[in-house]
Amino acid sequence: MKKEPRLMQGNEACVEGAIAAGMRFYAGYPITPSTEIAELSAEKLPYVGGRFIQMEDEIAGMAATIGAALTGVKCMTATSGPGFSLKQENIGYAAIAEIPCVIVDVQRGGPSTGQPTCPSQGDVMQAKWGTHGDHPVIALTPSSVKETFDLTVRCFNLAEKYRMPVILLLDEVIGHMREKVQLPEASEIEIIDRKRPACSSEEYLPFKPEEDLVPPMADFGTGYRYHVTGLVHDETGFPSNSTKVADKLIRRLVDKIEMHKDDIIQWEEENTEDAEIIILSYGCVARAARTAMKALREKGVKVGLFRPITIWPFPEERVLELAGKVKSIIVAEMNLGQLVLEVERLCNNITKIDRVNKVSGEIIYPEEIAAKVEEVL
Amino acid sequence: MEKYEVRLSGSGGQGLLLAGIILAEAAITEGKNAVQTQSYGPEARGGASKSEVLISDEAIDFPKVRNCDILLALTQKAYEQYNEGLKEDGILIVDSSVAVDKNETHKVYSAPITESAVVNLGKPMVTNIVALGTIIGITNMLTKEALEQAVLKRVPKGTEDLNRRALSLGYEMGENAKI
Repeated sequence: MKKEPRLMQGNEACVEGAIAAGMRFYAGYPITPSTEIAELSAEKLPYVGGRFIQMEDEIAGMAATIGAALTGVKCMTATSGPGFSLKQENIGYAAIAEIPCVIVDVQRGGPSTGQPTCPSQGDVMQAKWGTHGDHPVIALTPSSVKETFDLTVRCFNLAEKYRMPVILLLDEVIGHMREKVQLPEASEIEIIDRKRPACSSEEYLPFKPEEDLVPPMADFGTGYRYHVTGLVHDETGFPSNSTKVADKLIRRLVDKIEMHKDDIIQWEEENTEDAEIIILSYGCVARAARTAMKALREKGVKVGLFRPITIWPFPEERVLELAGKVKSIIVAEMNLGQLVLEVERLCNNITKIDRVNKVSGEIIYPEEIAAKVEEVL
Repeated sequence: MEKYEVRLSGSGGQGLLLAGIILAEAAITEGKNAVQTQSYGPEARGGASKSEVLISDEAIDFPKVRNCDILLALTQKAYEQYNEGLKEDGILIVDSSVAVDKNETHKVYSAPITESAVVNLGKPMVTNIVALGTIIGITNMLTKEALEQAVLKRVPKGTEDLNRRALSLGYEMGENAKI
């Protein structure tokens, strides 16, 4: 039994997805165009026994999210560009201390306070490299309201499964638009919970990984006492100056993602079988790309669409495969060229790479993408 | 396949965002797909505000209006700002306070939308509902029943009667404007 179709906003679908996934704590500082996520979390969490707290700023919002996550609760915070910048230090903390949580960034024009009400995809590289040091990153990017629901659930599941912060990269268009959606019943939604220790508290080593490289995580307050730090630490959680320990830890954190890439990476492709040109785009721009592709196909132009759903780690293998078959890959994105750098790194000697970029604060129009395709043909 | 790209424009406070949501919900009631977006960026400052609704039997990819089929302009400023985006055979619905350019080439329907909300109903806050009724009366793009259902779902308790009257008044004005 499906729920009735209804009109829903992207930001609302994010909150619905989060609660369905088990979010019971939200800490944040409201900022356009993500504000509805805070508002609706404040409204809905008390009804499911959860807590909402508005902190004094984005930094504290991230810190409270991490703290609450250590007690075993599923936590989320949401923000936009300026707040995403502020959260970076604590995102790094969550990465090294292996604390599962979800960070939503509804992208707006930057840098700085930039264009508060306008869409952008300028935070793609910030999602990957915003915090310093080598660290694992998972970032997902939806292009519809329904997918915002699904991917928010997935963010929680991946965070729990791999004990790490996971980023949902939305943009102002998807966050604010309303469209018809049919949400799944609770019984149809896969929910993953973090591994908890099977041993006694005396035997517990909080950072001793199992075969999947993920250590089981005990809830604070249940008698499993352990130390949490942003410093390099050994399996007990206490800081270590050992070069061996540091090397092992940082490599494991990164390998945790490398090892499970096939489980994490998702993409969608359309008309790629016979395509001579592939448009690669994501988020709201992928909708413009699909409109352009349909119009060009009607004219007989062999063009396909590749849409990364998991943006980090990037779907390298499939993009490489496709690159070998086409005349050009056109990367359309609302920035001056960010994800295209990844495509260039992979495919520069294999196929021609072209760009469609826009930073005016308006979504890229289908005809702008179509014009580039016809120019490249 | 029928596809409508609708732009509702006027000034902030006229309830056009809610009108867009109601129009999209009415379309869903009829089993169609609908996407609603609004802009409240720099272009919304200084008075002009707009809400956009796309309605289609098929999936809707690009979420913004590109070839506007129906433009509602409740103010002079909105008319001047958005008329350019209306396609050649598009329908222009303006409040009677709007002075339409004498070289206007679009099909124009003019109705006293804001005035009747104030004079006939005594409530300027139902301007948006009168406007929705007028649009449906002129275009028949959705049924009056679907629209009424969507209106009643969204308006505050205790105002159902007022909104029903606002809708009927708008609908009649729309039908009359066609003659």
